[in-house]
Amino acid sequence: MNVLALVGYFEPWWVQVLKAIVVFAVGLQLVPLVLIAERKLLGRFQGRYGPNRVGPYGMAQPLADILKLLTKEQFRPRTSAGLLYALAPMISIMTAVAAFGLIPFGDVQDIFGTKVGLYGVDVSIGPLYLFAFGAIAFYGIMLGGWSSGSKYSFLGAMRGAAQLISYEVSQGLALVGVVISAQTLSLTGIVRAQAGMWYIVPQFVGFLIFLTASFAETNRAPFDLTEADAELVGGYNTEYGGGRFASYYFAEYLNVVVVSGIVTTVFLGGWMLPFGLHPPGWVDPFVVLFKMSLITFLFIWVRATLPRLRYDQLMSFGWLVLLPLATLNALVTAIVVVATQ
Amino acid sequence: MHAPDDPRSTEGSSGEGLAADSAQAPGAGAHARARSTPDEGGAVGSTASTLAVSVWDPGDDVIEVLRTPAPGHAKGTWRTLFETVRGLATTFGRFLEPKVTIEYPEEKTAVYPRFRGRHKLHRFEDTGLEKCVGCSLCAAACPADCIRVVAAENTPEHRVSPGERYAEVYEINMSRCIFCGYCEIACPFDAITMGHDYELSDYDRTDLIFTKEMLLAEPLERTPLRNEGE
Repeated sequence: MNVLALVGYFEPWWVQVLKAIVVFAVGLQLVPLVLIAERKLLGRFQGRYGPNRVGPYGMAQPLADILKLLTKEQFRPRTSAGLLYALAPMISIMTAVAAFGLIPFGDVQDIFGTKVGLYGVDVSIGPLYLFAFGAIAFYGIMLGGWSSGSKYSFLGAMRGAAQLISYEVSQGLALVGVVISAQTLSLTGIVRAQAGMWYIVPQFVGFLIFLTASFAETNRAPFDLTEADAELVGGYNTEYGGGRFASYYFAEYLNVVVVSGIVTTVFLGGWMLPFGLHPPGWVDPFVVLFKMSLITFLFIWVRATLPRLRYDQLMSFGWLVLLPLATLNALVTAIVVVATQ
Repeated sequence: MHAPDDPRSTEGSSGEGLAADSAQAPGAGAHARARSTPDEGGAVGSTASTLAVSVWDPGDDVIEVLRTPAPGHAKGTWRTLFETVRGLATTFGRFLEPKVTIEYPEEKTAVYPRFRGRHKLHRFEDTGLEKCVGCSLCAAACPADCIRVVAAENTPEHRVSPGERYAEVYEINMSRCIFCGYCEIACPFDAITMGHDYELSDYDRTDLIFTKEMLLAEPLERTPLRNEGE
């Protein structure tokens, strides 16, 4: 038995290479879907249609948008710092895809005699891995804003930095309750631990905290202070255009997908179905995708509802409300788990 | 905002709210005492006159006072949570409502009968003669000076209008017209009226000069009409 098998990598190398490609491809397919879903749903929330001209029901609109962006001229402001300016969107997109690789779409399946886990990688430090890449993703925003050489970008990036740091703490602490209950850091392990009851029930407070912090982490309304069109023009990506802007855009929406996946995995029982249903293994990814789409709908719904927070509200909410609540939640969970064992 | 008599939540009449206020913040100074003044009848006058701070009494009209949660306070958070849920319910209600978009090129906005759109020139229905007699009153009335009329004499062989003269040239420059309808009012024979068509864009400015033939012809596409109150 080699070392890789000990840490959970039981698959042959070629399966892992294949899975890496599949994860990237699936991620690439999901982002345009979220894009069009957001624009269509926002339209419905505001009593209009949303895009409906390009392709059937406007479904080709993201394709048209991305083609438009990619065929644009590559340019950069004279005051920008060249290498970092080009590198920053890549960091954003890389961390988003890396986090996406962690979401389990199903249990280990026997496909033509080869054991394949329906996930990119099942690391034994799941949430830590997520937060590590979340921390690197912050460099994508920070470097992008700073290297643009524009004060608006820089202000947007600074706000983004403060926001990400503030809410990452609460997000992490909200997960601690789940990790204590599941007694594992592996995401598939957390899903299996929800066989009896999904963690949204015993960890409802944690769920709310995690969801709220996730809105901030993905820079979505009502926490989209990094973008704040009215005062910052567009935030950290003000000076970006063309393919690089498309990368930022892609990363932003992939982050929404990733967060939906994490919420599904950690609180909504992953591929499990309620009422003791046990469908065949190939149904699992669809169950996960369905639950993810529910969370994504919630993201869009909230965006259509809530106005943007003021900066002091953002900070006081994060530090004075979410953090104490998350800490309390982790403490109470720990006491309950210890007391019941 | 963080004084002891901080805004209460929405429940209760103003009288109850103020009573609760004084109960929770005893000895908060003259200001709190003034606010705890009972607001029934004219009892305010005697009490308030003795105090340095006169307090506006909302009376019985104000049943509840809606206040935003105090920023940065934990007690505002519960309000925020429930208000958020209420807001979500509201937007979901909008989600279920029908769409209000009019998909323009396929679906045209209906106009009211009095709508002033592209002009029309008219003929007599029985004889087919033009109503316009080339008097140029419309051109004189036009504030934008966009109508050009050149009159010519009718002859027995070539009779165009029932009058003495007819309009040999009748042009309206639609890029100048302000659609005020003065030409329609000025016309003594109702020969020119404002139509209902509003699709008047073109690729060339010269194409926007409408000749007599264009104004006499029926428009290719009819603009939908709607009635008063529709």
